[in-house]
This record gives sequence, C-alpha cells and structure tokens, in this order.
Amino acid sequence: MSDFVSQFWSYWVGGIVVLSLVWLIYLLTSQSVVKLPKGEQAGVTGHKWDGDLEEYNNPLPFWWMGMFYLTLGFAIVYFVLYPGLGDNPGLLNWTKISQYEQESAKKDATIKPLYDKYLKVDIATLSKDDEAHKSGQSLFLTYCMQCHGSDARGAKGFPNLTDNDWLYGGTAEKIVETLNNGRSGQMPAFGAAFGEEKVKDVANYVLKLASRNYDAVRAGRGETTFAQVCVACHQADGKGSQLLGAPNLTDKVWLYGGSEHAIIETITNGRKNRMPAWKEALGDGKVHLLAAYVYGLSHREQAPLATK
Amino acid sequence: MQAKSALEPHDGVDTFNYQVVRQFSIMTVVWGIVGMLAGVVIAAQMAWPELNYGPYFHFGRLRPLHTNAVIFAFGGCALFATSYYVVQRTCGVRLISDKLAAFTFWGWQLVIVLAAITLPLGITQGKEYAELEWPIDILITIVWVAYAVVFFGTIAKRTQKHIYVANWFYGAFILAVALLHIVNSLAVPVSMWKSYSVYAGAVDAMVQWWYGHNAVGFFLTAAFLGMMYYFVPKQAGRPVYSYRLSVVHFWALVFTYMWAGPHHLHYTALPDWTQSVGMAFSLILLAPSWGGMINGIMTLSGAWHKLRTDPILKFLITALSFYGMSTFEGPMMSIKTVNALSHYTDWTIGHVHSGALGWVAMISIGSIYYLIPRLWGREKMYSIPLIEAHFWMATLGVVLYIAAMWISGVTQGLMWRATNADGTLTYAFIDSVKASYPYYYIRVLGGILFLGGMFMMAYNVARTVMQGKSVDAPIPTLQQAHA
Repeated sequence: MSDFVSQFWSYWVGGIVVLSLVWLIYLLTSQSVVKLPKGEQAGVTGHKWDGDLEEYNNPLPFWWMGMFYLTLGFAIVYFVLYPGLGDNPGLLNWTKISQYEQESAKKDATIKPLYDKYLKVDIATLSKDDEAHKSGQSLFLTYCMQCHGSDARGAKGFPNLTDNDWLYGGTAEKIVETLNNGRSGQMPAFGAAFGEEKVKDVANYVLKLASRNYDAVRAGRGETTFAQVCVACHQADGKGSQLLGAPNLTDKVWLYGGSEHAIIETITNGRKNRMPAWKEALGDGKVHLLAAYVYGLSHREQAPLATK
Repeated sequence: MQAKSALEPHDGVDTFNYQVVRQFSIMTVVWGIVGMLAGVVIAAQMAWPELNYGPYFHFGRLRPLHTNAVIFAFGGCALFATSYYVVQRTCGVRLISDKLAAFTFWGWQLVIVLAAITLPLGITQGKEYAELEWPIDILITIVWVAYAVVFFGTIAKRTQKHIYVANWFYGAFILAVALLHIVNSLAVPVSMWKSYSVYAGAVDAMVQWWYGHNAVGFFLTAAFLGMMYYFVPKQAGRPVYSYRLSVVHFWALVFTYMWAGPHHLHYTALPDWTQSVGMAFSLILLAPSWGGMINGIMTLSGAWHKLRTDPILKFLITALSFYGMSTFEGPMMSIKTVNALSHYTDWTIGHVHSGALGWVAMISIGSIYYLIPRLWGREKMYSIPLIEAHFWMATLGVVLYIAAMWISGVTQGLMWRATNADGTLTYAFIDSVKASYPYYYIRVLGGILFLGGMFMMAYNVARTVMQGKSVDAPIPTLQQAHA
C-alpha cells in the first residue's frame, strides 16, 4: 500500500529530497574552489565588531569538505537502493516489514525441528523434560512474567500458577485453551443491589466458607443471600466452577485478598479480569511449550527456581 | 587608546542595557542548580527506587521537570542573557526597548515557575520537551514574539553594516523555535489544564520528533553556536578562524537539521521513506555540525598556551570538544543498524548528556564567567582557582555520566537482542535492569560532581557581585570602535 494519498505527493516529496541534495552540493562546491597558496596566511575579512572581533577568511578545510561530499554521496546511493524518494521502493526493494519477515522466517526455520519434536510429546510428559522446561521458562520470562511474576507466583489480580489451584482448570488441555484463547473473568457488582449491610453479611458468610474468623449472626443472614444469588456461579458449597471461572471460596487462595475488607470491596464493586489470547502471537509450538512449563510448575517434583 | 577612554562611564553617554543581561545571568546559575538538582534526584530514584515518594515526587513527574528546567530555564536564561549582550555589543546599539526586554525576563520566569508547579501536579500534554499545557504554551508564544521583536529590532537599528555571525545563529534559533513551538503545540483545549493534540497517530509522532530534534538543533545547537562565536574569539583574543566556513556550515546546518527528526522513529509505524530521509540527512548533518567545532577550536591556533592558564577558555574549548563528540555520535546513532541496538537504551541518555552537560552547560558556564565581571564592573571573577576547580569537577562529572550510560546502554541493547538456540530470549527484561544498576550508581556520582561545580559557581558569582556594582557600559561610537 502506498504511503501517499495521491501520486502528486510522492513526486512532491521525492522532488524536495532531490532538490535539497542539489542545494547542499551547490552550497559546498560554490565555496570550495578557493584555495590558499602554499605558505600564505589567510587575511582578515576587514569587518570589525565590538572593538576587536575579527574573522580570518581561511578556505574550507580539505578533509572537512571530503567528509561532507562523502555523506552527500552516501545519501545519493542510499536513495537509489532504499525507499526515500516518495514511494519509489529503491533497487533493493527493502521494507522494514520484509526485513522483519525474512529475519523471523530464517530464525523460525532453524528452530522448527525442535518445536516439531516437542509438539509430538504430550504436555504431561514434556513437562518433565529439563530442556523443554528451560525453554518454556525463557518464554515465560519474556511473555508472562509482566503479570504472573518471574517466579510465576502472581500478584493481586494475577493468579499464582504454582499452587495447583485453578480458576479454569489445570489439565493440560485447559492450560492450552487458556493460553490460546485467553480468559475474561467477571464478578458482577452487588453494592447497589445489596446495600452496605447485606454486603457485609455475605462477606461474613464467605469468611465462614473459607474457615476464617467471622461474625456468626451476619454469616447466618449472609448464607440466605448466598443461596439466592452467589450460588449461580460459586455453587451451593462455595467451591466455584471452573467451567465459569468462578473461584473456589473455600480454599486459602485469594485473587484479590481474603480479608473482610477485600471481600466487601469485591462484592460491592465486582471484579473484571482478562488474560490475553496468545495463539496468534506465539503459534502452536510455543504455546505447547509454555503450557508444559506452567503444567510443570505444579506437577514437577521440586519447585522450579524461576529467577536466574 | 580612544576606545578605552570611551569605556569609562560619564554623564550624557548612551549605555548598553546590561540590566536584563544581569537578571538572566543570575537566573542561569539559579535554574542551573535547580534543574541539575532535579537531575540528581531522578538519577538517584533510578538507582534507589524507594526514593519515589507519592505522586508529586515520583520519577514520572520529576523527569519532565528536570528536562524543562535544564533546557528552558537554565539553557533558556543563558541564551537570553548572552544573545541580549552579544546583539548589543556587535550591533553597537542599545536594545530597542528596555520595557519589552524586561517583559521577556519576567515572562520567561513566570513560564518556568508555572512549569515547576504544573509538572509535579501531573498536568502535561505528554509530548517530550513540550509537556507544558496550552495556557503556558500561549504565554511562551507571547514572550517569544517579544524576544524576536527586541532581538531583530536591535539588529535593524545597528550601526555596523555587517551582521556578526553569532547573530545569524541566534536569529535562526529565535525564528525556528517560534515555528517549532507553535506547530507542535497546536491542541484542542478541553479544560483549563487539559488539551489534546490536533495530530493523531504516526503524524503526531512525526510532528513531535520534528519538534523534538529541532529543539536539539536550534535551541541546544544553533543558539549555543551563536554563544560560541562571540565568547570563544573574545576570550581567546583571536579572530574567528574562517568566515567562509561559518557561511557554509551555518546554511548547511539550519537547512539540514529540519530533516533529521524521523531518526527518532526508526523501525516504528512511520513510513519507510520518511525513516530513510531522516537517516540520510542525519548523516549529512555531521559535516555542518563539525564546521562550528572547527571554527571554534581553530580560532585558538596561535593562542593554545592560553588553555593552560585560563579556566574560562578551558570551559569553552572543552564544550566544543564534547560538541564535536556528540555531533559525531548522533549521526552514527541515526544509522538504522546502529539505532536497532541503541534505541530505547541508556545509550541515548548518555548521548543527550554529552551534548547537554558537555556542550550546552559548559559553553554556558564559560560564557557566564566571562560576563559576570563585566556586568558588575570588575576586572575578573572573585576566584580564578575556583573556576579551575569547577572545570575539573564538571569534566569529571560528564565523563563519569556518559561513560556509565554508554556501557549501560550497550549492555542493555546486547542483552535485549540475545537469543538462545531454541529461539527464546536469553535474558528477561528484569535481567537487563539488574545489569544496569552499577552504572546507575556511577551516574548519580557524575551528576553530584557536576551539581557540586554549580554550587561553586554560585558562590563565586555571589562574591563577585557583592564586590562590584551594576555597571552599564557606554556605547562606543562607530569611529572609536574602529580605532
């Protein structure tokens, strides 16, 4: 696709570039013919400012002119070979996109056999392969650590991937699905519907589910609301649903914090969360390797050290 | 000597307006300390991230405060001071309007104070070196137009037929900065302190870097070359090396700089042809840039011995050396293959500071040391050894700073591109951050040294001013000046 809305602008740009070079060459040649006879000193111009400010009229230094001509020559050759004069593509037909495509195609060709080999191995087996684990870790430290942390233990809002507690399921297939398509999690806000008191009641029931300290009276009232509303996603026993990505509320794992304050905040304002889809950016081979690495984080014998 | 007798103040003789030069000179030192202190603080925040306190004292807000303070407050005041001095002395007339000159002083100080308030509050247009919001942009425009009127008006009524070369450079700077500032700052206000640029996408990026690089080219290069063209031959007591060279490199420089902006956007969404043009003309810029360095340094031929004893000359000539170094480095970094390594790394920061500290600050410091005794009727500065000490502290500071950033930058560039046999990156980003730490400490040290030198300067200037009294030199008549 042309960068110009009409051919006119292409000629306009190309013309100005050429004229600029011509002008610079003229400027230089017009002043470079003056030479000083050997052994002779350049005189002053005869103008005088502020008492004693004067100027010699030395000719342009030879080496300096050479450098100037050299860069001008470089520019001319460059514009013949590369894009620059409007939409003229240049003799080499180079573009930054083609450079990228060629370089990555070359790299991809050299690593393809390795990834093909890995793709033939199922994820559970691959996760035990040390070489694959190391490669997977490199990928993780490039693409995943920004959210999940270099040790994969996550942060507030970003799941810990080492604790074998899964929002959407921890089987190899589910991990691949999560990586490929991403996930979009949403907890609705109930602050307006429930009101402050009711929110606090439900929060105390959730604390009870999680076996934490709670207010028994509030929890009793909250249980009723939970059974009417929250049950839809978190299920009657509060253990959630991996099909919906609804967290298990009875374990010790909290995505946004398990204090009464944090739970009230979650119920009042709801939560929105998103894991990006990587299929297009990474391709099957890398997703497969990453899935094996993530799977391995909670299935390999010893906890892997993620920091170098 | 007739000229000497004319310099002795007596009644009924017209004088130069030194008042505004004195004001800007003092504020150059003051804002230099403020801006460089901000620099040391943010350098420390990079080395010790726990120094980021709250929103107002955070790196993200102090960094634009630092850049604005050193470029526009420190550099700007130095340019106002020297250009007003030089244009009067070389045109042989007083500024056309004392009131308008005073307006530019107070107006510029107001701009600086407003910047110092709004930037920490997070009020910004988000354009590098053009962060200030639209009401301040309008104030800048008004002050700048007044500046142009005073400067060109004074040139218009000169008693000398020829316009001295320093004034070409100052003039080009004033015109170009007006153009750059207005075009890049065009924005649609949505409230008193929020506006949106009229440009979008790649066009916005291109306009921003057309501005950004020409801010370097005209504010930080052409204008300070103007300063160089007056103070180097004056301090050396020698004629400028080559009038012919000054003509060629002036026109080549101001013409070619306008093209160089796209090298800030290599390998981005900017069209390929634009990137190519930016790169080719950036390379062409090498010779015109070096023309100024040659003309400055060669002016000293026949007077090299003065470098041993005169610390002011040391500042001026070292500044030219750093100028030559960074104007060589710049074209090299604009080559796409080099840029692919250097872009987004600390190398760029090092490059900028070899220009900003080595060239801009040193040439300004040398020029201010030249000016202060003359503005307060003294023979020389209060302490010459203190200038010498300042020179060595500043030089050591710059060298530590830029060497640290070169190593850090090249390390980062190499780490980011290193790949394993399996096609994955060898290093996580955080690994390159860890590798940079030693150099961040060295940078803090370099910055402290440079800032320390500025405190010495402030003391030296204060003592000189206290010993002297404000003197406005009489204007020599044309005949006397030529005697």
